[in-house]
Amino acid sequence: MHSILTFFNDHIQMIYIVILSIFLGIEVIGRVPSVLHTPLMSGANAIHGVVIIGAIIVTGKAQSDNYFALILGFLAVVLGTLNVVGGFVVTDRMLEMFKSKKKSPK
Amino acid sequence: MNISVLTLCYLVGSITFIIGLKMLSHPERARRGNLIAAFGMSVAILGTIFLYEDNDVHFLGNKGVIFTALVIGGIIGVFAAKKIKMTAMPEMVSLFNGMGGACAMLISIIEFNYQKSMAFNLGTGNVFTEVVSKGEILVIILGLIIGAVSFAGSMIAWGKLNGVIKDKIFKGQRILNFIILLLLVGTASVFVYVTPATSAELNNTVMPFTDGTYGTTAIVAVHLYIFYGVLALALLYGVMFVLPIGGADMPVVISLLNSFTGVAAACGGFLYNNQVMLTGGILVGAAGTLLTILMCKAMNRSLGSVLIGSFGAKAVSGPSKTTGGHYKEISLSDAAMLLGYANKVMIVPGYGLAVAQAQHTCHDLEKVLIEKGVDVKYAIHPVAGRMPGHMNVLLAEADVSYEKLLEMDTANDEFRTTDVVLILGANDVVNPAAKNDPGSPIYGMPILEVELAKTVIVNKRSMKPGYAGIENALFYQPKTSMLFGDAKKVLENLLAEIKNI
Repeated sequence: MHSILTFFNDHIQMIYIVILSIFLGIEVIGRVPSVLHTPLMSGANAIHGVVIIGAIIVTGKAQSDNYFALILGFLAVVLGTLNVVGGFVVTDRMLEMFKSKKKSPK
Repeated sequence: MNISVLTLCYLVGSITFIIGLKMLSHPERARRGNLIAAFGMSVAILGTIFLYEDNDVHFLGNKGVIFTALVIGGIIGVFAAKKIKMTAMPEMVSLFNGMGGACAMLISIIEFNYQKSMAFNLGTGNVFTEVVSKGEILVIILGLIIGAVSFAGSMIAWGKLNGVIKDKIFKGQRILNFIILLLLVGTASVFVYVTPATSAELNNTVMPFTDGTYGTTAIVAVHLYIFYGVLALALLYGVMFVLPIGGADMPVVISLLNSFTGVAAACGGFLYNNQVMLTGGILVGAAGTLLTILMCKAMNRSLGSVLIGSFGAKAVSGPSKTTGGHYKEISLSDAAMLLGYANKVMIVPGYGLAVAQAQHTCHDLEKVLIEKGVDVKYAIHPVAGRMPGHMNVLLAEADVSYEKLLEMDTANDEFRTTDVVLILGANDVVNPAAKNDPGSPIYGMPILEVELAKTVIVNKRSMKPGYAGIENALFYQPKTSMLFGDAKKVLENLLAEIKNI
């Protein structure tokens, strides 16, 4: 218990970031029209691909003879990249169609 | 120096994520917002690879492995994202989400093994500066659980949307799920409790290991077993949690799992004191949760009932509250007549249209009708299609102009002046029971009030109830006629008939 409290104390900045980000996250998408729900979900999906940074760090830290960590790390980076790259490209594809649509009738 | 440049990179990343999400909420700026977020992500990733410094390791090693993985992942990602059909988009989002969850899960596994190996290294004379607190152990296990649930759940959701996996409902499923969840939480708590923290205070409790070395921590086999036990339970829970939920309910689940993965990423942010992971993860966690709630509201479901999968169970137990009565069928040529000579036609696209991939044919029909001087518009229910907003994407893909898509409230005002409403594979979103029948499970859900129009033509494959498992009184009303068949085939035939008029 005590050590968990210490952890909170040591990471108080982080905790502030968490709390503010929660409100920000809600505020930022609060007024999204339902038309954009799917692209928004897809875009948010790409953003949480930021987890790849953890994968890079963990792989980079691994000793070069620690094959267990290297193989899993390699996999993690591949999966993370899929999430990031795939997510952004798919979102862009969806939004591309909206854009071309807006111009033509006017 | 390096590390402060990296901090700057992370700041840029965090800001672009916020701006990106913000811009994604506006139709005109959405695309740019997406690109801005992608740019920020690249900065953060490249910065990490080249500038990250550890307490003891100066720079990250294994760059070859990292770059190979980046290239492979990148190529597959672009390829998959470019190839996928627009109708299969929900599957794709689910799949990518699962990848992110798996990534978070693997990070926790590697990190835990890393900490274990560090404990052994101490005995062999290496300088051990890593301090592991209980809090970090908590974060590792949280990342593991959330990542694993998200991964397993997304894979099941993906399979369901693909039609590979069928809904599986059996008696006592809810109780079983609850037991698994309890076990999971229990085991995880035990894990956090028994796993020793490496901190300055514990440094004097040096323990001998079997191989003759010494270490300060005693992360031993038993902790590893519990760790993998937690992993197995989390994966099992992910599967069991999504399995009973109906296919059409998947959007809510995907959105929820999406926010789970965000939280898992944020756990990584805590672990590495990494602000960009933290802000990115929490932003998505919060935004995803809100989006989930918005979707639930539109379908008049509580998040709780989605979570325990009670809807599926209800659909099985009480679908047969028959309204009875007669419905009348309409022939293709009659339908073509009605549409061809109407002044104003409103098309209500639904899940059936998405499944039949009939959006292009639908647009062709619209063009032919417009040539004949008919005013054609689309009424889009917020949850039409397979995901909120999915119908808009599908119709946009088929070149339907943006202005023709009416949101629910506007559409409801226009139904009064509409001659013919053509419903394509939609059911629950036009069910008047949501307004009239307080006993109905969908009571209170906002619907498209199509019965205000003069005539209603419903295209469905059969009289089977929709995914909510309830009868639709609309089909038995005198102004409604049924046009059975697969949406695409029916539209093609209808198109030919109208051209002949």
